[in-house]
Parts: sequence; structure tokens; C-alpha cells
Amino acid sequence: MAEENMMFIDPHIHMISRTTDDYEAMRQAGIVAVIEPAFWLGQPRTNAGAMLDYFSTIVGWERFRAEQFGIVHYCTIGLNAKEANNEELAEKTMDLLPRYASKEGVVAIGEIGYDDMTDLEEKYFHQQLELAKKMDMLVLIHTPHRNKKQGTIRSMDLCEEHGLDPSKVIVDHNNEETVEDVLDRGYWTAFTIYPGTKMGNERMVDIVKKYGTERIFIDSAADWGRSDPLGVPKTAQLMLQRGISKEDVKKVCYQNALDAYKQSGAMKEEDWLDRPKIDQSQTYGGNSVLRGGLEPFIEKEEPSEDDIIIE
Amino acid sequence: MPDTQTDIQAVRTTILSWLQSRLDEEAMEWIKSTSDKLIDGAEDWVFYSSFSAVPRHTGKENLSLSTKEKAKAKELRTGWSPSHWSIDDLGRTLLTLSIAEEQKDVFFEKLEKTFISSDIGEGIALYQSLPLLPHPNDLTDRAAEGLRTNITSIFNAVAHRNPYPADYLDDDAWNQMVLKALFVETPLYPIQNIDSRANKKLAEMLVDYAHERWAADRDVSPELWRSVGPFADEKIVKNDLKKVLQNSSKLHQQAALLALSDSPVESAKQLVVQHSSKLDQMRQNNIDWDYIGKQFEQDSL
Ligand SMILES: [Zn+2]
Repeated sequence: MAEENMMFIDPHIHMISRTTDDYEAMRQAGIVAVIEPAFWLGQPRTNAGAMLDYFSTIVGWERFRAEQFGIVHYCTIGLNAKEANNEELAEKTMDLLPRYASKEGVVAIGEIGYDDMTDLEEKYFHQQLELAKKMDMLVLIHTPHRNKKQGTIRSMDLCEEHGLDPSKVIVDHNNEETVEDVLDRGYWTAFTIYPGTKMGNERMVDIVKKYGTERIFIDSAADWGRSDPLGVPKTAQLMLQRGISKEDVKKVCYQNALDAYKQSGAMKEEDWLDRPKIDQSQTYGGNSVLRGGLEPFIEKEEPSEDDIIIE
Repeated sequence: MPDTQTDIQAVRTTILSWLQSRLDEEAMEWIKSTSDKLIDGAEDWVFYSSFSAVPRHTGKENLSLSTKEKAKAKELRTGWSPSHWSIDDLGRTLLTLSIAEEQKDVFFEKLEKTFISSDIGEGIALYQSLPLLPHPNDLTDRAAEGLRTNITSIFNAVAHRNPYPADYLDDDAWNQMVLKALFVETPLYPIQNIDSRANKKLAEMLVDYAHERWAADRDVSPELWRSVGPFADEKIVKNDLKKVLQNSSKLHQQAALLALSDSPVESAKQLVVQHSSKLDQMRQNNIDWDYIGKQFEQDSL
């Protein structure tokens, strides 16, 4: 995939709904780290206990599962816009957030923002920005599918109202309509390569050609829908083919996401450069990623220097 | 139940002094001021978020306590043995103790919430701190919950090098703990007061378990016989310990001899006499239950 030995970060992917085949393919394609933003699961949760277990899974089991395939897993913790409309659930989830937001591997409050732009969405958006402010955390904003441009602008207005520094906020799911405003106002500007509804990667190539690479990065947002966990490396390859320099591809597919999220203090390059060797004979709470007599893969070799260096 | 309620203020002062000699100024300032804020009744989120954030400030080095520090620990709480703790465990315990003087129900609510949403590192720190917490008689359900987990490192945080189980668990919970340790193949020798808490019911459970394993053509840990010995009757001696004595592994034979020498029954005494030279040799080489446990642990790695 793409150039040999390039490293990629997928800074927005819902691995909880992906398979181990995906992890394997992602590792082979050069993905070294992923961020799993807390989001809804398709099936709405009916009580806060479900949210507690979900948060525990993304800071616990999913982190372990990724490690078993040589990928470092981070996450963000937040109440999503859709579920903010269930007030009882939302209230109790707000109570959970401080218990998860500082855990190991948690890089931001997110993904939060608007869906229908209802009053309840706005209420919990406010509360979560306030929490991020007092906990001194980064924020990941999910911009709405409908009424995207207005929703994006209003999201940024809200962040500023709460005194958040734009350099500590990542605005995701941008498109041609929103990119200029978000860049101009100093926010990290993320794009989701998601078939059909969000961005195809050909459009992404054009955006990078037009707007450059400063504060721009891409992700797959792959989830339980028809989506592609190789969105980042595939787009990197397309960019290279379409004449974007390797240095620029590295920024958009690796470095900028790292620069944005390492501000959290919970993510650093050494996490994957010095990660422990893969040992699939390990278990997490007695559970293993292996099934019925499969041989555990145990990584022996030191990663060669070529694996680490990005030219 | 013993009155082993710790002097929380004294433990906090000691922990702070241990941290002082291990942390840089910035980390020390963070943990000290956070602890002060919590003692003064900071908002709830401050406790949750700082409890999680401890390793980011302190790192995760092993404590490796000095002999003097170890002695101090035992002086503060009988059996408290934090020498295997890491520095973030210690920091987390300090923060937990900083809210420990809140009203009982308030403290318990926060503690329980922290337990329920803990990740593995946090769970280990919490369970290790059980013997230091206030109202220890009300923490037995929590301890039992920790022993029910499948995560061996959490199980060990309750069972191993921790005075809480021996001091507060009733016989049924104690027996479950010992049996479960064998099930999850974690050693018994780090369980404090394992000998003084041995009981007849446990001995029977252990023998049944050995039979089950043998029927499935599987071995059992030689440590199993440690809690059986004092309650080994004629039947156990004849059917079981004799058999272990004939095991091809020296470690199992040694375990059988130790168990037999603890048994009060006549047939055991005869066997001990028959093997007296072997037992003498074992004594000379300090081959006791702890040695057998450690050796077996090493061999199984
Ligand atoms: Zn998402």
C-alpha cells in the first residue's frame, strides 16, 4: 500500500465495530495508531449503564485488541449529539464523563456537536465544552450531515464563547463548503474519507491541492456502516499518484493528526515506535483474540529501521 | 473482626514523604496540591479526573521501597506490604485517602463509582489500597467482587501481599479465593496468613478439586496441599498424600511431606518417620511452603 514504509494514523475510526481482519489489513497498510471517538452505535442506547460499558470497552478491551495487532489505540470520551436528545440518558452520561476523560489513552472530549441542532443538543454541547475547558482537554467536533455549513460555524462560535483555543479543537467531517471557514478561524480541519456521504478520496486530493497541508488531516471514520478502514492509506496512495509530494502526504496522513492530539499529553510518537512486541498468547480478562486452536502470532524481530523512518 | 482501621492522616504523610524522594518538583507539586484540594472538599470531577491522570504526572516506575520504608509500612498497618507497588499506585492511594474523611456514604459512593469505571491499572491501585481505607468492615463485598474477576492482575491485587482478605473475609469467601487462585493458576504463597486461615471445609474443597483434575489427567499445583495438611485425615493421607508422595516430580513429593508433617493423624506420622531423613534435608535447605510456591511458579513460566 502507498509507498513502502510509510506510517499512517487514522485519527477517527470506530474499531469497536470492525473485525480483526481489518486490524491486520490496517497494520499491513502502515497504520500505526488509531483514535476511536465515542459515538453512537446505530442502535440507540436506552440507559447510562450501556454508555458506561461502552466507555469501558473503548478504554479497555478495544485498546488491548488493537495492541494484539501492533496498533496503538486511543479514544475520545463524550456524549454524541443524537443521544443528547434522550435527556435522562444525557444527564447520567454527563456524570460519567469526568470518570473516563482522564484515563490512559483518552485524547479528547468528543465527538460532540450537532445532529438536528435541537435545544437539547445545544445544552449538552455547551456543558461538554465547559467540561473540556475546566479539565483543560482537547475537543473533537462532529459536524452535522444536514445543514453542515451553518452547524459548523455555530459549533465554532460555541467553542469561542467558552474560551477554547481553536488550536485545541479538531473540527471533523469537513467538506469543500466548510474548509475555508474552519481553516481561517485557526481550527484543526479534518476530513472523513467515507464512501458516498462524506468525502471521496478524489475530492480530497483536490482539497489538498487547493488548500495545502497546514492543519489539515484525514480519517476514515469507518464504523458499522459501509465504510473503508483503509481510507487513510488508500488516499495517501492516490495523493502520491496525483503528484502530491511525499512530505505533504505525510503531513495530512500522519503528522498533523499527531501534532493535534499530542497536545493532550496522552498520545506520543514513542507509543508506537517503542511499542511492545505483538504477543497474541496474551489475554485480557481471560479473553483472547484467538479462536479454536489458532496459533498465536508472536512478533520476534525488532522492527527494522526502515519500518520506523518516514522519508 | 480485627480493629485495623488505619490512621489515614499518618498514612498520607508517609506516602507524601515516599513520593517526595521519587518525584521531580513539578509532579510533586501536582500531587500535593491535588491532595490538598481534595481534603478541602473539591468538586467531584476533580477526584475522578486526577485519580485517572496520576500516571501522566508520576510515571509508572516500581517503588522499590527501602528496608526502613517497608518497616514503616508494617508499622502503619499490619501486613501492609507495598514494595511491589508502582509509583502511580501510591499516588492514586494518596488521592483516595484524601477523600476518605468525607462522610461515609459520600466516600463510598465515589469509591464505588471509581471501582465500576476503573481500567486495569486503576483497579489494581484500588484493590491494593483496601487495607488502608476507612470502614474496612464494609468493603468485603467489594473485595469479593475483585476476586470474582477473570483479570488475573486484579485478582492478585486483592489476594496477594494484601492483609485485607485474611483480616476481613469470612471462611466462605476466603475458601473461594484460595480455590480460585488455583483455577486461574496464580500462586498461593503470596496470600497473607494462608496457614492461619486454613480450615476443614477448604481442605475438603481442595481435595475434591485435586480429584477432578486427576480424573481429567491433569496435574495440580503442589501448593494445593498447603491448606490441606492440618486437616488431612486418615482417608486423605491414604488416598491422596501417599499418591502425591509417589509423584515423579521432586517438588510434589516435598509438598506431600510438608503436608503430612502438618497432619495430626497416625498414618501421617508414620510416613513422616519413614521419610525423616528427607525432611531433615529439606529443613536444612530451607525448603518450606514458600519455597515450593516460588519454585513451582518459576517452573511454570
Ligand atoms: Zn465518528
